Amino acid sequence: MKIRRILLLLVLGLVFWAGGGGYGAWAGVPIPDLDIGQGGHCVADPLYMRLNHMNLLIHQRDQTVRQGIRGGPYSLAVCVDCHASKVNHSVLGTSRNFCQGCHEYVSVRIDCFECHSSEPRNTKAMITGQSRVVKESLK
Amino acid sequence: MKTPANLQRRSFMSQGTALTATVAIAPGVMLYDYARARPAGEAASSAVRWGMLIDTTRCATGCDACVKACNRENGLSGETRPTDSQWMRKVDLVQEGTGRKISLPMMCQHCADPPCVDVCPTAASFKRADGIVLVDKHRCIGCRYCMMACPYKARSFVHEPVTDHSGHTPRGQGTVESCTLCVHRVDQGQSPACVEACAGEGKEAILFGNLNDPNSPISRRLHEVSSVKLRDDLGLNTGISFVGL
Ligand code: SF4
Repeated sequence: MKIRRILLLLVLGLVFWAGGGGYGAWAGVPIPDLDIGQGGHCVADPLYMRLNHMNLLIHQRDQTVRQGIRGGPYSLAVCVDCHASKVNHSVLGTSRNFCQGCHEYVSVRIDCFECHSSEPRNTKAMITGQSRVVKESLK
Repeated sequence: MKTPANLQRRSFMSQGTALTATVAIAPGVMLYDYARARPAGEAASSAVRWGMLIDTTRCATGCDACVKACNRENGLSGETRPTDSQWMRKVDLVQEGTGRKISLPMMCQHCADPPCVDVCPTAASFKRADGIVLVDKHRCIGCRYCMMACPYKARSFVHEPVTDHSGHTPRGQGTVESCTLCVHRVDQGQSPACVEACAGEGKEAILFGNLNDPNSPISRRLHEVSSVKLRDDLGLNTGISFVGL
Protein backbone atom coordinates (compact mmCIF):
# COMPACT_ATOMS: atom_id res chain seq x y z
CA MET A 1 0.00 0.00 0.00
CA LYS A 2 2.77 2.33 0.99
CA ILE A 3 4.72 1.59 -2.15
CA ARG A 4 1.67 2.36 -4.28
CA ARG A 5 1.21 5.70 -2.61
CA ILE A 6 4.85 6.61 -3.13
CA LEU A 7 4.61 5.60 -6.78
CA LEU A 8 1.49 7.70 -7.26
CA LEU A 9 3.16 10.70 -5.66
CA LEU A 10 6.18 10.22 -7.91
CA VAL A 11 4.04 10.10 -11.03
CA LEU A 12 1.95 13.10 -9.99
CA GLY A 13 5.10 14.96 -9.10
CA LEU A 14 6.46 14.36 -12.56
CA VAL A 15 3.22 15.44 -14.19
CA PHE A 16 3.03 18.64 -12.17
CA TRP A 17 6.70 19.32 -12.74
CA ALA A 18 6.24 18.99 -16.47
CA GLY A 19 3.09 21.12 -16.27
CA GLY A 20 4.77 23.90 -14.33
CA GLY A 21 8.13 23.96 -16.02
CA GLY A 22 7.00 23.42 -19.58
CA TYR A 23 8.39 20.65 -21.72
CA GLY A 24 12.07 19.92 -21.63
CA ALA A 25 14.60 17.20 -21.07
CA TRP A 26 14.41 15.62 -17.65
CA ALA A 27 17.20 13.31 -16.63
CA GLY A 28 16.07 9.75 -17.17
CA VAL A 29 12.61 10.39 -18.57
CA PRO A 30 12.33 11.70 -22.10
CA ILE A 31 9.61 14.34 -22.39
CA PRO A 32 8.31 15.24 -25.86
CA ASP A 33 9.82 18.43 -27.15
CA LEU A 34 6.73 20.00 -28.64
CA ASP A 35 6.16 22.96 -30.90
CA ILE A 36 3.02 24.42 -29.32
CA GLY A 37 2.50 26.89 -32.15
CA GLN A 38 0.93 30.12 -31.06
CA GLY A 39 0.25 28.86 -27.53
CA GLY A 40 -1.03 31.44 -25.08
CA HIS A 41 -4.10 30.97 -22.91
CA CYS A 42 -5.74 27.61 -23.52
CA VAL A 43 -9.51 27.14 -23.13
CA ALA A 44 -8.76 25.38 -19.83
CA ASP A 45 -5.80 24.74 -17.56
CA PRO A 46 -3.09 22.90 -19.56
CA LEU A 47 -2.76 20.06 -17.06
CA TYR A 48 -6.52 19.56 -17.14
CA MET A 49 -6.45 19.65 -20.94
CA ARG A 50 -3.66 17.08 -21.09
CA LEU A 51 -5.78 14.63 -19.13
CA ASN A 52 -9.25 15.49 -20.43
CA HIS A 53 -9.11 17.05 -23.90
CA MET A 54 -10.44 13.88 -25.53
CA ASN A 55 -13.53 13.80 -23.34
CA LEU A 56 -14.23 17.48 -23.92
CA LEU A 57 -13.83 17.06 -27.67
CA ILE A 58 -16.05 13.99 -27.87
CA HIS A 59 -18.76 15.56 -25.74
CA GLN A 60 -18.92 18.73 -27.77
CA ARG A 61 -18.60 16.90 -31.08
CA ASP A 62 -21.67 14.78 -30.35
CA GLN A 63 -23.66 17.82 -29.31
CA THR A 64 -22.62 19.69 -32.45
CA VAL A 65 -23.14 16.90 -34.96
CA ARG A 66 -26.32 15.41 -33.58
CA GLN A 67 -28.08 18.34 -31.96
CA GLY A 68 -26.65 21.18 -33.98
CA ILE A 69 -25.28 23.07 -30.96
CA ARG A 70 -22.58 25.35 -32.31
CA GLY A 71 -20.07 27.74 -30.83
CA GLY A 72 -18.86 25.66 -27.88
CA PRO A 73 -15.37 26.31 -26.51
CA TYR A 74 -13.89 22.84 -27.07
CA SER A 75 -13.72 22.55 -30.81
CA LEU A 76 -10.98 20.73 -32.67
CA ALA A 77 -10.66 23.64 -35.10
CA VAL A 78 -9.83 25.94 -32.17
CA CYS A 79 -7.13 23.50 -30.95
CA VAL A 80 -5.60 23.50 -34.41
CA ASP A 81 -5.84 27.28 -34.83
CA CYS A 82 -3.67 27.83 -31.75
CA HIS A 83 -1.39 24.83 -31.82
CA ALA A 84 -0.44 24.48 -35.49
CA SER A 85 3.30 24.85 -35.88
CA LYS A 86 4.46 28.12 -37.37
CA VAL A 87 6.98 26.09 -39.34
CA ASN A 88 4.68 23.77 -41.32
CA HIS A 89 1.29 25.27 -40.36
CA SER A 90 0.02 21.97 -39.04
CA VAL A 91 -0.44 20.00 -35.84
CA LEU A 92 0.94 16.97 -37.69
CA GLY A 93 4.05 16.20 -39.68
CA THR A 94 6.92 15.59 -37.28
CA SER A 95 7.46 14.36 -33.74
CA ARG A 96 7.63 18.00 -32.67
CA ASN A 97 4.19 18.91 -34.01
CA PHE A 98 1.69 19.39 -31.22
CA CYS A 99 -0.84 16.60 -31.77
CA GLN A 100 1.41 14.11 -33.49
CA GLY A 101 4.31 14.57 -31.06
CA CYS A 102 2.35 13.96 -27.90
CA HIS A 103 0.25 11.11 -29.28
CA GLU A 104 3.38 9.41 -30.56
CA TYR A 105 4.88 9.79 -27.10
CA VAL A 106 1.94 8.06 -25.42
CA SER A 107 1.42 5.58 -28.28
CA VAL A 108 -2.11 6.67 -29.09
CA ARG A 109 -3.31 6.65 -32.67
CA ILE A 110 -5.29 9.77 -33.58
CA ASP A 111 -7.78 9.50 -36.40
CA CYS A 112 -9.29 12.99 -36.11
CA PHE A 113 -7.34 14.24 -39.08
CA GLU A 114 -8.48 11.56 -41.50
CA CYS A 115 -11.57 13.75 -41.82
CA HIS A 116 -10.69 17.06 -40.16
CA SER A 117 -8.14 19.60 -41.26
CA SER A 118 -4.84 19.66 -39.41
CA GLU A 119 -4.19 23.19 -40.57
CA PRO A 120 -5.52 26.39 -39.02
CA ARG A 121 -8.58 27.94 -40.60
CA ASN A 122 -6.86 31.23 -41.33
CA THR A 123 -4.25 29.82 -43.69
CA LYS A 124 -5.23 27.04 -46.05
CA ALA A 125 -8.95 27.45 -45.56
CA MET A 126 -8.69 31.11 -46.40
CA ILE A 127 -6.64 30.60 -49.49
CA THR A 128 -8.39 27.59 -51.02
CA GLY A 129 -11.69 27.61 -49.13
CA GLN A 130 -14.77 28.34 -51.11
CA SER A 131 -16.72 30.42 -48.64
CA ARG A 132 -17.42 33.75 -50.19
CA VAL A 133 -17.42 35.35 -46.78
CA VAL A 134 -13.92 34.10 -46.05
CA LYS A 135 -12.67 35.21 -49.45
CA GLU A 136 -14.18 38.62 -49.09
CA SER A 137 -12.53 39.15 -45.74
CA LEU A 138 -9.15 38.59 -47.37
CA LYS A 139 -9.56 41.57 -49.66
CA MET B 1 -29.78 41.25 -53.16
CA LYS B 2 -32.64 40.35 -55.41
CA THR B 3 -35.19 39.44 -52.81
CA PRO B 4 -37.44 42.40 -52.15
CA ALA B 5 -37.68 42.92 -48.46
CA ASN B 6 -40.24 45.06 -46.74
CA LEU B 7 -39.24 47.45 -44.00
CA GLN B 8 -40.40 45.30 -41.14
CA ARG B 9 -38.33 42.44 -42.39
CA ARG B 10 -35.33 44.69 -42.78
CA SER B 11 -35.58 45.89 -39.23
CA PHE B 12 -36.04 42.33 -38.04
CA MET B 13 -33.02 41.22 -39.97
CA SER B 14 -30.84 44.02 -38.72
CA GLN B 15 -31.19 42.65 -35.23
CA GLY B 16 -28.67 39.95 -36.04
CA THR B 17 -25.20 41.40 -36.45
CA ALA B 18 -23.86 38.25 -38.12
CA LEU B 19 -26.66 38.47 -40.64
CA THR B 20 -26.22 42.14 -41.47
CA ALA B 21 -22.54 41.42 -42.03
CA THR B 22 -23.51 38.70 -44.47
CA VAL B 23 -25.85 41.04 -46.29
CA ALA B 24 -23.09 43.58 -46.69
CA ILE B 25 -20.30 41.33 -47.90
CA ALA B 26 -22.05 38.64 -49.86
CA PRO B 27 -24.27 40.07 -52.56
CA GLY B 28 -26.38 37.44 -54.28
CA VAL B 29 -26.92 35.42 -51.13
CA MET B 30 -30.61 34.70 -50.91
CA LEU B 31 -31.86 35.91 -47.58
CA TYR B 32 -35.43 35.20 -46.64
CA ASP B 33 -37.14 36.00 -43.40
CA TYR B 34 -36.11 32.60 -42.06
CA ALA B 35 -32.49 33.57 -42.38
CA ARG B 36 -31.31 33.96 -38.85
CA ALA B 37 -28.22 32.30 -37.46
CA ARG B 38 -29.19 30.12 -34.54
CA PRO B 39 -27.48 31.58 -31.46
CA ALA B 40 -24.39 29.74 -30.20
CA GLY B 41 -25.32 27.05 -27.71
CA GLU B 42 -28.85 26.54 -29.04
CA ALA B 43 -29.81 23.14 -30.43
CA ALA B 44 -31.64 22.66 -33.72
CA SER B 45 -35.36 22.58 -33.05
CA SER B 46 -38.27 20.68 -34.54
CA ALA B 47 -40.13 23.99 -34.72
CA VAL B 48 -38.23 24.29 -37.99
CA ARG B 49 -38.26 21.87 -40.88
CA TRP B 50 -35.89 22.77 -43.67
CA GLY B 51 -36.93 21.96 -47.19
CA MET B 52 -36.60 22.95 -50.81
CA LEU B 53 -38.92 23.57 -53.71
CA ILE B 54 -37.23 22.97 -57.05
CA ASP B 55 -38.88 24.60 -60.04
CA THR B 56 -37.93 22.50 -63.07
CA THR B 57 -39.40 25.11 -65.40
CA ARG B 58 -36.63 27.49 -64.30
CA CYS B 59 -33.86 24.89 -64.29
CA ALA B 60 -31.86 24.90 -67.52
CA THR B 61 -30.55 21.88 -69.42
CA GLY B 62 -26.77 22.08 -69.49
CA CYS B 63 -26.48 24.28 -66.43
CA ASP B 64 -24.71 22.63 -63.51
CA ALA B 65 -23.89 25.66 -61.37
CA CYS B 66 -25.56 24.02 -58.35
CA VAL B 67 -23.54 20.82 -58.70
CA LYS B 68 -20.29 22.75 -59.06
CA ALA B 69 -21.11 24.90 -56.05
CA CYS B 70 -21.91 21.79 -53.99
CA ASN B 71 -18.61 20.18 -54.94
CA ARG B 72 -16.64 23.31 -54.13
CA GLU B 73 -18.37 23.92 -50.84
CA ASN B 74 -17.94 20.38 -49.60
CA GLY B 75 -14.52 19.59 -51.05
CA LEU B 76 -15.69 16.96 -53.55
CA SER B 77 -13.52 16.31 -56.61
CA GLY B 78 -16.33 16.74 -59.13
CA GLU B 79 -15.20 13.54 -60.88
CA THR B 80 -17.95 11.07 -61.77
CA ARG B 81 -16.17 7.72 -61.75
CA PRO B 82 -18.04 4.94 -59.93
CA THR B 83 -15.93 5.48 -56.82
CA ASP B 84 -16.26 9.27 -56.68
CA SER B 85 -18.63 10.94 -54.28
CA GLN B 86 -21.53 12.76 -55.86
CA TRP B 87 -23.87 14.57 -53.54
CA MET B 88 -25.79 16.32 -56.27
CA ARG B 89 -26.42 15.30 -59.87
CA LYS B 90 -28.18 16.93 -62.79
CA VAL B 91 -30.82 14.68 -64.33
CA ASP B 92 -32.27 15.30 -67.80
CA LEU B 93 -35.65 13.76 -68.58
CA VAL B 94 -37.65 13.50 -71.77
CA GLN B 95 -41.37 12.94 -71.53
CA GLU B 96 -42.48 9.98 -73.65
CA GLY B 97 -44.90 10.91 -76.38
CA THR B 98 -44.61 14.68 -76.19
CA GLY B 99 -40.82 14.89 -76.13
CA ARG B 100 -40.95 17.62 -73.45
CA LYS B 101 -37.52 18.02 -71.89
CA ILE B 102 -37.00 18.56 -68.17
CA SER B 103 -33.78 19.15 -66.30
CA LEU B 104 -33.47 19.01 -62.52
CA PRO B 105 -30.95 18.62 -59.71
CA MET B 106 -31.17 15.42 -57.64
CA MET B 107 -29.77 14.88 -54.18
CA CYS B 108 -30.79 13.62 -50.74
CA GLN B 109 -34.51 14.34 -50.40
CA HIS B 110 -34.29 14.77 -46.61
CA CYS B 111 -37.20 12.46 -45.83
CA ALA B 112 -39.28 12.88 -42.71
CA ASP B 113 -39.15 9.07 -42.39
CA PRO B 114 -35.77 8.27 -43.90
CA PRO B 115 -35.11 4.59 -44.77
CA CYS B 116 -31.37 5.19 -44.37
CA VAL B 117 -31.99 5.95 -40.69
CA ASP B 118 -34.18 2.87 -40.27
CA VAL B 119 -31.53 0.48 -41.54
CA CYS B 120 -28.39 1.98 -40.02
CA PRO B 121 -27.03 -0.51 -37.44
CA THR B 122 -25.02 2.09 -35.54
CA ALA B 123 -27.42 5.06 -35.52
CA ALA B 124 -24.83 6.95 -37.55
CA SER B 125 -27.48 7.85 -40.10
CA PHE B 126 -29.83 10.20 -38.31
CA LYS B 127 -32.32 12.98 -38.80
CA ARG B 128 -31.66 16.21 -36.97
CA ALA B 129 -34.53 17.86 -35.13
CA ASP B 130 -34.94 20.37 -37.96
CA GLY B 131 -35.36 17.64 -40.57
CA ILE B 132 -31.85 17.53 -42.03
CA VAL B 133 -30.75 13.93 -42.64
CA LEU B 134 -27.07 13.44 -41.88
CA VAL B 135 -24.38 10.80 -41.35
CA ASP B 136 -22.51 11.01 -38.07
CA LYS B 137 -19.20 9.89 -39.49
CA HIS B 138 -17.82 9.29 -36.02
CA ARG B 139 -20.20 6.35 -35.81
CA CYS B 140 -20.42 5.18 -39.42
CA ILE B 141 -18.78 1.79 -39.95
CA GLY B 142 -19.10 1.96 -43.72
CA CYS B 143 -21.48 -0.98 -44.08
CA ARG B 144 -23.42 0.88 -46.79
CA TYR B 145 -26.84 -0.47 -45.83
CA CYS B 146 -28.12 3.09 -46.07
CA MET B 147 -26.92 3.33 -49.66
CA MET B 148 -28.94 0.23 -50.48
CA ALA B 149 -31.99 1.54 -48.64
CA CYS B 150 -32.10 4.98 -50.21
CA PRO B 151 -34.66 5.07 -53.05
CA TYR B 152 -32.99 8.16 -54.49
CA LYS B 153 -29.45 6.77 -54.74
CA ALA B 154 -28.36 9.88 -52.89
CA ARG B 155 -25.49 8.51 -50.83
CA SER B 156 -21.86 7.96 -51.73
CA PHE B 157 -19.13 5.94 -50.06
CA VAL B 158 -15.70 7.49 -49.64
CA HIS B 159 -13.35 4.95 -51.18
CA GLU B 160 -10.06 6.81 -51.08
CA PRO B 161 -8.26 8.57 -48.24
CA VAL B 162 -9.21 12.25 -48.21
CA THR B 163 -6.15 14.46 -48.32
CA ASP B 164 -7.63 17.84 -49.14
CA HIS B 165 -9.64 19.05 -46.19
CA SER B 166 -10.25 22.52 -47.58
CA GLY B 167 -14.01 21.96 -47.85
CA HIS B 168 -16.31 23.00 -45.05
CA THR B 169 -17.46 19.44 -44.44
CA PRO B 170 -15.24 16.90 -42.69
CA ARG B 171 -15.00 13.84 -44.97
CA GLY B 172 -13.12 10.61 -44.54
CA GLN B 173 -12.37 7.27 -46.12
CA GLY B 174 -14.62 4.37 -45.13
CA THR B 175 -17.69 6.44 -44.34
CA VAL B 176 -20.85 7.20 -46.23
CA GLU B 177 -21.87 10.75 -47.06
CA SER B 178 -24.56 12.72 -48.82
CA CYS B 179 -26.05 16.18 -49.14
CA THR B 180 -26.11 17.84 -45.72
CA LEU B 181 -28.36 20.63 -46.96
CA CYS B 182 -25.19 22.66 -46.23
CA VAL B 183 -25.96 22.36 -42.54
CA HIS B 184 -22.89 24.45 -41.67
CA ARG B 185 -24.24 27.34 -43.72
CA VAL B 186 -27.85 26.93 -42.65
CA ASP B 187 -26.78 27.11 -39.00
CA GLN B 188 -25.21 30.47 -39.78
CA GLY B 189 -28.38 31.80 -41.36
CA GLN B 190 -27.18 31.29 -44.94
CA SER B 191 -28.87 29.25 -47.64
CA PRO B 192 -27.25 26.12 -49.11
CA ALA B 193 -24.47 26.63 -51.66
CA CYS B 194 -26.55 25.24 -54.56
CA VAL B 195 -29.39 27.67 -53.83
CA GLU B 196 -26.99 30.59 -53.85
CA ALA B 197 -25.29 29.41 -57.05
CA CYS B 198 -28.59 28.96 -58.87
CA ALA B 199 -29.66 32.45 -57.87
CA GLY B 200 -26.26 33.71 -58.97
CA GLU B 201 -27.02 32.34 -62.44
CA GLY B 202 -30.23 34.35 -62.39
CA LYS B 203 -32.40 31.22 -62.43
CA GLU B 204 -33.61 31.01 -58.84
CA ALA B 205 -34.94 27.53 -59.51
CA ILE B 206 -34.35 26.36 -55.93
CA LEU B 207 -36.36 27.88 -53.11
CA PHE B 208 -35.09 26.99 -49.66
CA GLY B 209 -36.82 27.59 -46.36
CA ASN B 210 -38.77 26.50 -43.32
CA LEU B 211 -41.67 24.21 -44.20
CA ASN B 212 -43.07 24.53 -40.68
CA ASP B 213 -43.58 28.27 -40.97
CA PRO B 214 -46.80 28.89 -42.93
CA ASN B 215 -45.58 32.39 -43.80
CA SER B 216 -42.18 31.44 -45.17
CA PRO B 217 -41.78 32.02 -48.93
CA ILE B 218 -41.44 28.27 -49.52
CA SER B 219 -44.63 27.44 -47.63
CA ARG B 220 -46.54 30.20 -49.40
CA ARG B 221 -45.31 28.96 -52.78
CA LEU B 222 -46.18 25.35 -51.94
CA HIS B 223 -49.64 26.63 -51.05
CA GLU B 224 -50.02 28.31 -54.44
CA VAL B 225 -48.54 25.96 -57.03
CA SER B 226 -48.88 22.30 -57.91
CA SER B 227 -45.86 20.36 -56.73
CA VAL B 228 -44.83 16.73 -56.32
CA LYS B 229 -42.50 14.78 -54.06
CA LEU B 230 -40.48 12.06 -55.76
CA ARG B 231 -41.74 8.51 -55.16
CA ASP B 232 -44.43 9.90 -52.89
CA ASP B 233 -45.97 6.41 -53.01
CA LEU B 234 -43.28 5.31 -50.55
CA GLY B 235 -44.72 7.66 -47.95
CA LEU B 236 -41.35 9.06 -46.89
CA ASN B 237 -42.57 12.67 -46.84
CA THR B 238 -39.51 14.19 -48.43
CA GLY B 239 -38.36 17.69 -47.58
CA ILE B 240 -37.72 18.40 -51.27
CA SER B 241 -40.59 19.03 -53.67
CA PHE B 242 -40.64 19.71 -57.40
CA VAL B 243 -42.65 21.98 -59.65
CA GLY B 244 -43.19 21.14 -63.31
CA LEU B 245 -42.59 17.41 -63.25
S1 SF4 C 1 -22.81 2.98 -43.98
FE1 SF4 C 1 -22.65 4.15 -42.05
S2 SF4 C 1 -24.46 5.48 -42.04
FE2 SF4 C 1 -24.84 3.91 -43.60
S3 SF4 C 1 -26.00 2.29 -42.55
FE3 SF4 C 1 -23.80 1.70 -42.39
S4 SF4 C 1 -23.08 2.61 -40.46
FE4 SF4 C 1 -25.07 3.59 -40.95
